[in-house]
Amino acid sequence: MTGLTRRDAIKAQAAAAAALAAGLPIPAAAQNLVTDANVTELKWSKAACRFCGTGCSIMVATKAGRVVATHGDTQAEVNRGLNCVKGYFLSKIMYGADRLTQPLLRKTGGEYDKNGEFTPVSWDEAFDIMAEKWKKTLAEKGPEGIGMFGSGQWTVWEGYAASKLMKAGFRSNNIDPNARHCMASAVGGFMRTFGIDEPMGCYDDFENADAFVLWGSNMAEMHPILWTRITDRRFSHPHVKVAVLSTFTHRSFDLADIPAVFTPHSDLVILNYIANYIIQNEAVHKDFVAKHVNFKRGNQDIGYGLRPEHPLEQAAENADKAGGAEPMSFEEFAEFVSEYTLEKAAEMSGVPAETLEKIAKLYADPDTKVMSLWTMGVNQHTRGVWVNNLLYNIHLLTGKISTPGNSPFSLTGQPSACGTAREVGTFSHRLPADMVVKNPEHRAYAEKIWKLPEGTIPGWVGSHAVKQNRDLKDGKINCYWVQVNNNMQAAPNMMEEGLPGYRNPDNFIVVSDAYPTVTAEAADLILPAAMWVEKEGAYGNAERRTQFWYQLVNAPGESKSDLWQLAEFSKRFTTDEVWPAEILDANPEYKGKTLFEVLFANGKVDKYELSEKAREYGNHESEDFGFYIQKGLFEEYAEFGRGKAHDLAPFDTYHEVRGLRWPVVDGKETLWRFKEGSDPYVKPGADYEFYGKPDGKAVIFALPYEPPAESPDDEYPMWLATGRVLEHWHSGSMTQRVPELYQAVPDALCYMHPDDAKAQGFRRGTEVRIISRRGEIRTRVETRGRNKPPKGLVFVPWFDARRLINKVTLDATDPISKQTDFKKCAVRIEAV
Amino acid sequence: MKHLRLAILAAPILLASAAFAQNQVATLRNNAPLAEEGEATQIPGIVNTDIRQVRNYPDQPPLIPHKTDNYQVDLNSNKCLTCHSRTAVEVSQAPMISVTHFMNREGQTLAAVSPRRYFCTQCHVVQTNARPLVENEFVDVDKVLDYVHSKQGGAD
Repeated sequence: MTGLTRRDAIKAQAAAAAALAAGLPIPAAAQNLVTDANVTELKWSKAACRFCGTGCSIMVATKAGRVVATHGDTQAEVNRGLNCVKGYFLSKIMYGADRLTQPLLRKTGGEYDKNGEFTPVSWDEAFDIMAEKWKKTLAEKGPEGIGMFGSGQWTVWEGYAASKLMKAGFRSNNIDPNARHCMASAVGGFMRTFGIDEPMGCYDDFENADAFVLWGSNMAEMHPILWTRITDRRFSHPHVKVAVLSTFTHRSFDLADIPAVFTPHSDLVILNYIANYIIQNEAVHKDFVAKHVNFKRGNQDIGYGLRPEHPLEQAAENADKAGGAEPMSFEEFAEFVSEYTLEKAAEMSGVPAETLEKIAKLYADPDTKVMSLWTMGVNQHTRGVWVNNLLYNIHLLTGKISTPGNSPFSLTGQPSACGTAREVGTFSHRLPADMVVKNPEHRAYAEKIWKLPEGTIPGWVGSHAVKQNRDLKDGKINCYWVQVNNNMQAAPNMMEEGLPGYRNPDNFIVVSDAYPTVTAEAADLILPAAMWVEKEGAYGNAERRTQFWYQLVNAPGESKSDLWQLAEFSKRFTTDEVWPAEILDANPEYKGKTLFEVLFANGKVDKYELSEKAREYGNHESEDFGFYIQKGLFEEYAEFGRGKAHDLAPFDTYHEVRGLRWPVVDGKETLWRFKEGSDPYVKPGADYEFYGKPDGKAVIFALPYEPPAESPDDEYPMWLATGRVLEHWHSGSMTQRVPELYQAVPDALCYMHPDDAKAQGFRRGTEVRIISRRGEIRTRVETRGRNKPPKGLVFVPWFDARRLINKVTLDATDPISKQTDFKKCAVRIEAV
Repeated sequence: MKHLRLAILAAPILLASAAFAQNQVATLRNNAPLAEEGEATQIPGIVNTDIRQVRNYPDQPPLIPHKTDNYQVDLNSNKCLTCHSRTAVEVSQAPMISVTHFMNREGQTLAAVSPRRYFCTQCHVVQTNARPLVENEFVDVDKVLDYVHSKQGGAD
């Protein structure tokens, strides 16, 4: 600083006043450098980033019980010292002034009232009313009457505890994570093609590929640190090519050698064209295909996941068997894709023929190692599972898979969509390690590990995310608990489904969060949650890497982790209240026990003493329960995957390393699955083995183009796509409270082509209504922003609580994955 | 050292509790009921003062204190480096990009800017003059040190 100006003096006075207000002492001396190591030394600890599925490792500095700094972990393979702008501001996400610090219940005159005012209550009172409501609903409707909505932002043990409490404790499979909005189509794609979930490759592919193809993904903003690895590879090795495909131009196009803006939904056509090109140009890896691939024809005309009475569902021939498929030959497959010619693909996609051909050649050239990358553009799609399948088709036809740089890579949205939602199996149809509730053997296996009576876990598939909101509106689910997500802002069609569901007078809605979100406001009881490094945690990222962190600071006020809340709530129930007599009569030793005793104090979860936890870190749950609950839950959970190609290392190892990629066998992580030499599960001599399928062969699917659920027409002439921006994480509940991030991008704007704006008499900044058949919002037109839609399409991000774009979106889902298509619906735009 | 947090948080807790005796708790919504949408505020202007801001901690990427409208940063060129590159700063008097920007993944310094740092806006962002919706109570490490010093405490 050069010289003290008047402005500086005023600022110093203001700071002193602020310190005084905050109860801090004011330094008496004008000392401007503290050098005493005892004072200046910070305690640095590792943690996984709280935001996206990249899974950067963060170094967190604490001092006197506060997080005072964060930076990218130089020792972490994932990010090697880098963070994105959000990551660099992690230090501030816990310190929004409106942190929730005590439970809040809607009350009138001292009593619970659905229309009452939020009133501070004790944890005891909060759990009392919750238990009363749960018990009443369980008695009247059974386990189908309760539900839970969790998250890919739950820690691994939180998701595991929630799944166990719901599926085994309450015997209800009505539990689903917000990963349903995010990764369900990717899961469907993996299970259909490979019979086992999650990518075969890993981030090491970035340093080995010759070409990168982004399918509907804007990695520059949504996976910025992985984008730095692509940027590094592209600039350091000039032969490398980057192709970017999207329905609008965005920041990732800045690095594109081959840019392509395509008509929404025509990715189905482009991918079938590339398969056709590969076949027509003799680029099929015949030996690989003969040994390792089967061909199947998928059911067509599968509907749009709307309510069953919707005309589109009534008209769909295979709405009830969307996932079905029949075997076919290679020749039949070749015949099937032959109609997807270059001309047809160019016409339907609007992408110039020469551009499409360039992309096809990247895949067809046997000397070009290709990494395909995708996330929400593909997954949030009414044919999302199909697009995943079609992407694997072109990698399987060319044998470009499971080797360094040859990698169809499904990116993950959330920090633990893989680790928690998928691997733990918090979906309404799943159990840990890719098992499913419908399979009696899988249920029996889970019951054995959980030390529970036979028949405890129900075999019915629970309601998925979108159906849960419909069930709430219809009064089928009456007790509902939402943790670690902001689904009123995130779920589609808020005005017709979400909001009427939460405010249905028959329903009791509980929301656990660190901040008063839109979802919290729609609730009846709000529970204050400890977040991120206020609890010991584990996340699993997109490359199968499991990462741990310790509790580094205490949570404010009475807030507690979701794990504590789940386990504590389980103490309120005895088996006699929630399990049927036949199970208890056959297993009398379980009679009269609390769910806490049965699920958590079961001799396994409570096996590790409190003294085993790290002495230098707090652990508010274990200190309360008297045993090291995170370790117990993790080790019990790990039993599901060990020896089943999902092997996790011992608990303590993860606290020492910067994560490990499963399967971890004999202490060694696995970088490329299904390939002999890098995956210990592949039989010697097999070369490749897709062991998720009984015959070890992956499946190439014949799947056609089918139109979207809703397309622009005279009344609603524009496409609406929604999404994120770099500076904000999801609904903005954390990042909108960081002033620097808020001020970088404060508002969700309507990104629009200047000609479209001009045609309607709008200018940049004009206030408009965006109107669909379902709802409307008010925002302002942006014609010069970072996103540049083609004519006929607008983009609106969903981070802004004041501009809830999901009032406008359509709750059409992929009929196989049940994941919403947030990228396509029809709107009209009017000046306010 | 466990007392600092309580001391800092005491005031906001009181404020927050007072604000909660009502239905509209979603702080970021400016009191608009969930079923309604309030007027969309004007698009705020970009701060263009060229005045550098104090960083929250040394590791924080500095904010951009000027407009960057129509800056080209793509495969062909990087407009930011025309002022912030090592050789440009004598003329521009802009801050030189940090030495970390010359390091590759292995931490070795390269002859030029590392390509992994090429897209500046992944870490450095402009600021609008929008007024924050919620105060943030992050405490600067200097204030924490003052506190520690005054209590003659050691490292936590």
